[in-house]
Amino acid sequence: MTHEKIPSELKYTESHEWIREDDSGSYTVGISEHAQHLLGDLVFVELPRVGDSFEKGDEIGVVESVKAASDVYAPISGEVTEVNTALPGEPDLINKDPYGAGWMFKISPSIEHEIEELLDHEEYAKIAEE
Amino acid sequence: MSLKMTILHPEHKHLNARLVEFGGWDMPLHYGSQLEEHATVREDAGVFDVSHMTCVDLRGEHVKNFLRYLLANDVEKLTVPGKALYSCMLNEQGYVIDDLICYYLGSTFYRLVVNASTREKDLAWITKHAQAFDVTVTLREDVAMMAVQGPTARDKVHSILTETQQEAVSALKPFFAVQTDDLFIARTGYTGEDGYEILVPEQKAISLWKQLLAVGVKPIGLGARDTLRLEAGLNLYGSDMDESTTPLESNLRWTVAFEPTQRNFIGRAALEKQEQHGVARQLVGLVLEERGVIRNHAKVIMENGEVGEVTSGTFSPTMGKAIAMARIPVTQSTECLVELRGKPMKAYIVNLPFVRKGKVLITSNGVA
Repeated sequence: MTHEKIPSELKYTESHEWIREDDSGSYTVGISEHAQHLLGDLVFVELPRVGDSFEKGDEIGVVESVKAASDVYAPISGEVTEVNTALPGEPDLINKDPYGAGWMFKISPSIEHEIEELLDHEEYAKIAEE
Repeated sequence: MSLKMTILHPEHKHLNARLVEFGGWDMPLHYGSQLEEHATVREDAGVFDVSHMTCVDLRGEHVKNFLRYLLANDVEKLTVPGKALYSCMLNEQGYVIDDLICYYLGSTFYRLVVNASTREKDLAWITKHAQAFDVTVTLREDVAMMAVQGPTARDKVHSILTETQQEAVSALKPFFAVQTDDLFIARTGYTGEDGYEILVPEQKAISLWKQLLAVGVKPIGLGARDTLRLEAGLNLYGSDMDESTTPLESNLRWTVAFEPTQRNFIGRAALEKQEQHGVARQLVGLVLEERGVIRNHAKVIMENGEVGEVTSGTFSPTMGKAIAMARIPVTQSTECLVELRGKPMKAYIVNLPFVRKGKVLITSNGVA
């Protein structure tokens, strides 16, 4: 479990998703520590279905706290290959471990190098501070 | 305009509370996890800083007659010193100015605790009407207020009291209060659990707070306060009723004492007229079976196509479902639709409360 607020090996979006490249060439996606902090205790999580395809920026899921519901957006274009089935029953995994056990889904990219357009940890830190 | 802070504000900062604005005050939303805080009050004991609320002392020879005129409930019912009641304060049109608790402390002395967000409005209204009865109105800015709630709350409070103080409170019945030394302790609350609300001189507030934490009472924020009170079916002024609604359409008819008929109180005539014509709207509970959280002001669509509105919506941690209070046309239906993020979803119409003393009163098909 990482305790860093903005791990340096991840890439980020302006809408507070993070993305990590796995060894297999697919990518894991979740929402950042900053996002879970803003939302508060999560009570519901809507995940995409395995096999569904998305374009970068599409609505791909929803995280809902007592306070607010927030859309989750696809950070890159591709096909969903796996979802974290532990989340619907335990949405607070995202609060407790947003970069580890709180991962949301894995995606296999359809466009090469799209991930390079995303923010690195320093660029995201500036957004997270606003 | 900068936010007001209670005397306990440094404690909230010290505990790393997430602070938010509420009614002009900088208050703790939570101290880490709103859901955990909610569970703590249902299962153990938690303490809320409610010092932002408004304590008003009323004194005078005619104070009882004044209150029998000012309030929709009848203080004649308060026959024993220390006894309290819950009442609405109405305007001439029968609309709700605020809801409050009134404590009978002596033949010439009553105490009101009213809401934080309505302080100025309430004081102006009370003072204006007190003049005809020669009642003095004193805003108590020298006291802090804490609510300790949960199944173990009373025991934990007793453990920090002196023997004399313990004797004074251990016989307290629900909705009774007592002054013991410089502590005013009332067996009242806003969570559906047993517990005390305590008024203490400001300069002793931090010490009392720390003593409570030291015996295992956990700090609880306003986030959990809202989910707890909604589960308990307790109205929130400004959401579930306001100056455009009467108590008859706010699930508060039980707080209006129409008997004795000779008692004239502000708003009586308007309420009687509304009853004669037939009250058209009611405040009910809603339970969502599907996943999602019901939000304030969401549209409610009845089976006959008429519409209503969610007045307070949230997620019930005890039930694991979304719940709400909604104002809808009077109906026999037990189902309706509520819009969640633009999508109509099925909800059950139920009587309030949803939860009392930790037990869920609503069964799986929404019927109590």
